[in-house]
Amino acid sequence: MSISREDIEKVAVLARIKVDEEQVSALEKDLGNILDLVDQLSAADTDSVEPMAHPLDAVQRLRPDEVTETNQRDAFQAIAPATEDGLYLVPKVIE
Amino acid sequence: MHNKSVAELSRELESGKISSVELTHQFLDRLKQEDGKYNSFITITEEQALAEAKAADEMRAAGKATAWTGVPFAHKDIFCTNGVRTTCGSKMLENFVPPYDATVTGKFRQAGAVCLGKTNMDEFAMGSSNESSYFGAVTNPWGLASGQKRVPGGSSGGSAAAVAARLVPAATATDTGGSIRQPAALCGVTGLKPTYGRVSRYGMIAFASSLDQGGTMARTAEDNALMLNVMAGFDPKDSTSIDREVPDYTATLNEPLKGLRIGLPKEYFSDQLSPAMEEQVRNAVKEYEKLGATVKEVSLPNAKLAIAAYYVIAPAEASANLSRFDGVRYGYRCEDPKDLMDMYTRTRAEGFGAEVKRRILVGTYALSHGYYDAYYLKAQKVRRLIQQDFAKAFQDVDVLMSPTSPSPAFIQGEKTNDPVTMYLEDIFTIAINLAGLPAMSVPAGFVDGLPVGLQIIGNHFAEARLLNAAHQFQQVTDWHQREPQ
Repeated sequence: MSISREDIEKVAVLARIKVDEEQVSALEKDLGNILDLVDQLSAADTDSVEPMAHPLDAVQRLRPDEVTETNQRDAFQAIAPATEDGLYLVPKVIE
Repeated sequence: MHNKSVAELSRELESGKISSVELTHQFLDRLKQEDGKYNSFITITEEQALAEAKAADEMRAAGKATAWTGVPFAHKDIFCTNGVRTTCGSKMLENFVPPYDATVTGKFRQAGAVCLGKTNMDEFAMGSSNESSYFGAVTNPWGLASGQKRVPGGSSGGSAAAVAARLVPAATATDTGGSIRQPAALCGVTGLKPTYGRVSRYGMIAFASSLDQGGTMARTAEDNALMLNVMAGFDPKDSTSIDREVPDYTATLNEPLKGLRIGLPKEYFSDQLSPAMEEQVRNAVKEYEKLGATVKEVSLPNAKLAIAAYYVIAPAEASANLSRFDGVRYGYRCEDPKDLMDMYTRTRAEGFGAEVKRRILVGTYALSHGYYDAYYLKAQKVRRLIQQDFAKAFQDVDVLMSPTSPSPAFIQGEKTNDPVTMYLEDIFTIAINLAGLPAMSVPAGFVDGLPVGLQIIGNHFAEARLLNAAHQFQQVTDWHQREPQ
């Protein structure tokens, strides 16, 4: 199955990855090949098969609602690209 | 010393013939001298290693030594190491120094092991040749003498090449679709991917969370058992960790194999396999028959759909996991972003390599509105069919055996043009991850001077049985002792 240029541009926006005009053609081919491979799935008869999310069918474990972690803001922010007064800095969002 | 196994080095240290500081110096010197040929390390942690060696010698003097105290090894650069940069093979994390240890890292620290550094890998563990690393391709020590640079396999190619080249006796690794077993096979070393949930994923940088599993790589099965003894166990910090007792994996290595029932999946001996490879694998199976095992053919009829199901599930999970790399909290951020959207999109375009971007885009597409049922849900259903095939096979046999990879190590650049050609490298390994099963690759011969791997697959939590089967094979063969020239 093929994927259109418009689809690639749309998906790139959803994935927050800038894709240049000249990259779209290569992606059209590569992603098209991958989707062709994936299309083998349509041949499988999966009526009445339950989807499998976990190989051992384990369910989410719950823990008591207690505070167990201490605040380590300084350690975590020391590796951030930009911070100020304990806050992460990003480009201006609201004019 | 560089030819000795973890078990042998441990005995040398115990006997007092050598200190860990002396041993660590020897390994570091060799590593610095030799790794230019292979590029198997991204970071060498000389200073920390010597400090750990000194602490290990003190631990031993205090009578608190474990089997690992003072033994050098390396971590795949996917395991977070407190205070030591952890790149995951990506520009995105080129300067990332984690403020915490992965559970696996902490366990080796506690055992007193000496980490020499972080091994090279495909970017975010996405690849089967180690050519997608931002820090350059890794060269397989095998075949180098003929003047051709071959791939070590991937994604744990740095760990496999380093162990094969005798730079370290053992290294950690991870396996999402074959990333331990395929490089182990291509480099002629022994590797184990445990049952999903056996080893904690906490602090192991995520690729596809329902498939990722940390594991072991060394030259002998015994050393793999020693590694798993350290790594396995329940971890409340990993929500899919399994709370189940951990046996001593070395205790059952010497059990006789008489009566072991081996199944050969006929789909894994298909025409995708070269006759020369098949011959080596069938010879290995004959060794098992000599050891008292019985062999029968079994069928995994849905195994042929494993690659298709994987290339929906793994990219879908990767697209969600890798959304955390946004240039805000850690990692790379692009220069002079003009607004928030520009910062996100350029940070990710510049920080990720081509293969990672392809998989994020495929995954985003598969999860997007209108396609979820056709792709993700369908793949999860096929995943159950694949698992049911294995469950049925294990009613009649104890282990399954097959080749690990369809061909031996290929030449660098040979498969980089078409992603799908590269994906087919994992044709015999991927179904095992989908089913959450444990599996090993064990050196089992050579084709054209290049190592061939035998894959041994077990039922859930059968790691001890796999290690036992591999160890017994290594008592009657010497493929795992061969050294690249």
